Amino acid sequence: MVKYVAKRVAYMFFVLFVVTTITFFLMHNIPGDPLTALVQKLPEQTKANYYAKYGLDKPVYEQFLLFLKGIFTEGSLGESIRYPGRMVLDVIKKYAACSGQIGVAAVAIGFVLGTMFGVISALKKNKLPDKILSLIAILGVSLPVFVVASVLQYIFTLKIPILPTMGWGEPKHMVLPIICMSLSPLATYTRYMRSSVLDVVNQDYITMAEAKGMSFGMIVRRHILRNSILPSLTILGPNIADVFTGSFIIESIFSIPGLGSYYITSVTDRDFPMIIGSTMFYTGIYILSLLIVDILYVIIDPRIRLSETK
Amino acid sequence: MEEKNLSEDLFVIEGCDNADSEKIARPQTTYWKDAWRRLKQNHLAMIALVILLLIVFFTIFGPAISGYSYDKMSADMNQGPSAKHWFGTDSLGRDLFARVWVGGRVSIIIGVVGAVITTVVGSIYGSISAFAGGRVDSIMMRIVEIISSIPYLIVVILLSLMLDDSGIGSILLALCLVGWCPTARLVRGQILQLSTAEYVTAAKTLGVSNWKIITRHMIPNTMSVIIVNLTFRIPGYIFSESFLSYVGLGIKTPNTSWGMLAASAQSNMFFYPYQLLFPALMIGLTMLSFTLFGDGLRDALDPKLRR
Repeated sequence: MVKYVAKRVAYMFFVLFVVTTITFFLMHNIPGDPLTALVQKLPEQTKANYYAKYGLDKPVYEQFLLFLKGIFTEGSLGESIRYPGRMVLDVIKKYAACSGQIGVAAVAIGFVLGTMFGVISALKKNKLPDKILSLIAILGVSLPVFVVASVLQYIFTLKIPILPTMGWGEPKHMVLPIICMSLSPLATYTRYMRSSVLDVVNQDYITMAEAKGMSFGMIVRRHILRNSILPSLTILGPNIADVFTGSFIIESIFSIPGLGSYYITSVTDRDFPMIIGSTMFYTGIYILSLLIVDILYVIIDPRIRLSETK
Repeated sequence: MEEKNLSEDLFVIEGCDNADSEKIARPQTTYWKDAWRRLKQNHLAMIALVILLLIVFFTIFGPAISGYSYDKMSADMNQGPSAKHWFGTDSLGRDLFARVWVGGRVSIIIGVVGAVITTVVGSIYGSISAFAGGRVDSIMMRIVEIISSIPYLIVVILLSLMLDDSGIGSILLALCLVGWCPTARLVRGQILQLSTAEYVTAAKTLGVSNWKIITRHMIPNTMSVIIVNLTFRIPGYIFSESFLSYVGLGIKTPNTSWGMLAASAQSNMFFYPYQLLFPALMIGLTMLSFTLFGDGLRDALDPKLRR
């Protein structure tokens, strides 16, 4: 186990490095750079000084080496060019906390409710509860998040103004964004769980458990849930990352100071250090969640040996 | 032992002619005919199909029907839906009926073409990887693993910035460059699973050529998975495009798409909700129909679910 995890963590750093390298060179091929707008009207010499200050006059590979040196010697991801004085790491720490709170809550709610809905839906197959839940699931899959957000905002601003539709700071500000963001995971998990529970309920061991006289609740908890949750777990990892990156829109609609909207701004500003920093952060989260899910797999299903999943 | 009088004529076959026993009495159905028959019984999927056809019809002929040009401005600004402008007009007085369908062209083209390209590329990559096996397979899969470790939207954002001209082509390229990975994995898994199936082993033992195994067993049996995957990917691409346009990294004015229409309506949603309603409705309806149709298709094509 320890060996496996160590191997995976090493692999994780390798992937992170590859992604960082690719992004770094991609980024420097984007037309325009962070200083274009700033230095347009300045004399040539001042312009050159500006570029020299941020090392943008050097060849790209040299800049890359400098960037790597910065990480390893100072543990720093550099400083924002657009907003001098803001350290990239501090910005990420500050804004990711916002995104994280909403994102984690949304995935958790989506996962728990979706799992429940899926089980109910499968056990009541083709009856009323199944039809209602399937409808919710299919709407959740096919409605874009900005449509849901706009509709909710419209309702809660004009019709029943009980919840704030903008701003950040108090728990009540989080309610609507979380509802919006949890809808799509909720729908996905409902659909996954429904089909895998339907597979499981026909297995022999369920009949066996019934024959033993096991109570219904016990069968659901002990046998059905445990055996049918694996497909949902597979998508949990990517889902966490999707929620983080997908939060751009939600954050801009609900005016939340999160990393998503900051990322978009830094991309349009060509704020190189910010872009590379946030990309590394997102990728890190993504790979980390994949790893955690792989470990969860083994805990839930002892049949899967770690060496095989490698 | 007492011998009974059992003569030959006591044993006559009654009402069963040997020559007929192998005859197929009913008309033969092919796999696809059978799938189509099952699909037709699924009312939801058929309704979805009709809605999709309607939407496609209007994206082709809608702008002409409206009688307005999608980028022609006029003095009738922010008007609600009326007999003159069926979906109303936007803040520059442009007819929304025309704009919604012109935008639909972009969204649907990106959705369908993107899904087809990534599916084809992914299928080829996945099947090569599965057939090659060994070291080639593991290298090819490592590449897929690395590409899919990068959050999808981040790559798309960076690529669409790099390609910069913001036409349909560059958005498609950005979406497709990373989008083929899941399909490659899916197809590889399916082929690996098939190659250990009993009937394939049987065919190999009987000396059937590799080529014939591929065309007779592998392709028909992966086809259904690939097609279903394709239907589910289309709404994904429509969503990705509308997302990009929504945050301002997609299609640029005066050209438009559903995502962009929704984005520009978002800002004055409280005053003119109908401007958001129509593009949002179209995105939702299209994605919903593709999902429902895909569900129906999966049930129709998967012989394992046959009762």
